[in-house]
Amino acid sequence: MQELVNIFVKSIFIDNMVFAYFLGMCSYLAVSRTVKTSVGLGFAVIFVLGFTVPVNYLLQNYILGKGALSWLGPQFAGVDLSFLTFIMFIAIIAAMVQLVEMIIEKFSPTLYSSLGIFLPLIAVNCAILGGSLFMQERNYANISEAVSFGLGSGVGWFLAIVGIAAIREKIRYSNVPAPLRGLGITYIITGLMGIAFMSFMGIEL
Amino acid sequence: MSENANTPKEALLSPKNRKLLSDPIGKDNPITVQVLGVCSVLAVTVQLKASLVLAIAVVAVMGFANVIISLLRHGIPPRIRIIVQLTVIASLVILVDQVLKAFVYDVSRQLSVFVGLIITNCIIMGRLEAYALQNKVWPSFLDGIGNAAGYGSILILVAAIRELLGSGTLMGIQVIPDFMYNIGYVDNGLMILPPMALITVGVIIWIHRHRDKSLVDVS
Repeated sequence: MQELVNIFVKSIFIDNMVFAYFLGMCSYLAVSRTVKTSVGLGFAVIFVLGFTVPVNYLLQNYILGKGALSWLGPQFAGVDLSFLTFIMFIAIIAAMVQLVEMIIEKFSPTLYSSLGIFLPLIAVNCAILGGSLFMQERNYANISEAVSFGLGSGVGWFLAIVGIAAIREKIRYSNVPAPLRGLGITYIITGLMGIAFMSFMGIEL
Repeated sequence: MSENANTPKEALLSPKNRKLLSDPIGKDNPITVQVLGVCSVLAVTVQLKASLVLAIAVVAVMGFANVIISLLRHGIPPRIRIIVQLTVIASLVILVDQVLKAFVYDVSRQLSVFVGLIITNCIIMGRLEAYALQNKVWPSFLDGIGNAAGYGSILILVAAIRELLGSGTLMGIQVIPDFMYNIGYVDNGLMILPPMALITVGVIIWIHRHRDKSLVDVS
């Protein structure tokens, strides 16, 4: 249990998707104009990361990895399909995004209409594929650790985008030099937020 | 607009085609103007060597992806085009990944997940959607190469600044002479840390927009 909490907190603050690895920057910069839309996108990312990381974990450990197919019989023990990782992961992500979209549309039309175009966009958000690839690289011991990592990364991304959106709403009233307005100042603020997040470095729970 | 200074002078390229190649490097840069593909530009720029390898990888993937999609453009049903594009890109990235693992294993380890993340690099999808789906093969190829070069140039610029100020080296070779250290010069360790990549890019955008006023964000 302690290990799970540790991974969760670590993936929110220390290994934050945006500030430590710059993943999902495209939508982070494009959708952070208002707090409302960024909250919607943030929730969608938490949702999709929480689903895709464990599914890809199962895929990695029972189909793709070296010797992962041994449950089919001893003759499969030497099979290594890891070169197919990228294409399988991205296929799973595209399919899961589609599935999540259909489920939300069926059960909560209001949430669906508020998320709107963001859901399909998530399929090409680097944070999602990045989550799965980091999961593969870090070799989590079991599926609950993968779930906790997925959710934690999602929450970290959510915090980052909501934070920057709030700052951008306020900064509209400030006197920023003209060439720095918009994109430039957003980068610099993100850098400063990243420095603030660096203070979490080295915390062990 | 006059031709950019970076334009290669090849007879094969008509002025229009040359513009395709040169615009993304200058006033239509994918990173500083179109805001595409910023995800990976930041994380791998601690060292020049890794960024150089990634830039070459992106040029290769983008050039070929644009050609393939442009060849297939009449056969792709619009409803499933995103899946088709992702499949093409993912296959190309697998090729690049295997080549990197085979020939430059240490750099491949250093890039870790960022080779795989070329798949979701928005610049590739963006150019496929915006250009290759509507245009002939040769201009699409140039568009791909041009945009990847624009991406790569920022990548390499940021990496050079960070490596020079952060560790005093370029491509792993010491550049700052020893006597500078002896009289008290100290490497700025902060430059190696992730947030400084963002600030460096922010400053590059600032300079870029200051020189070309038409790019200033009015909103």
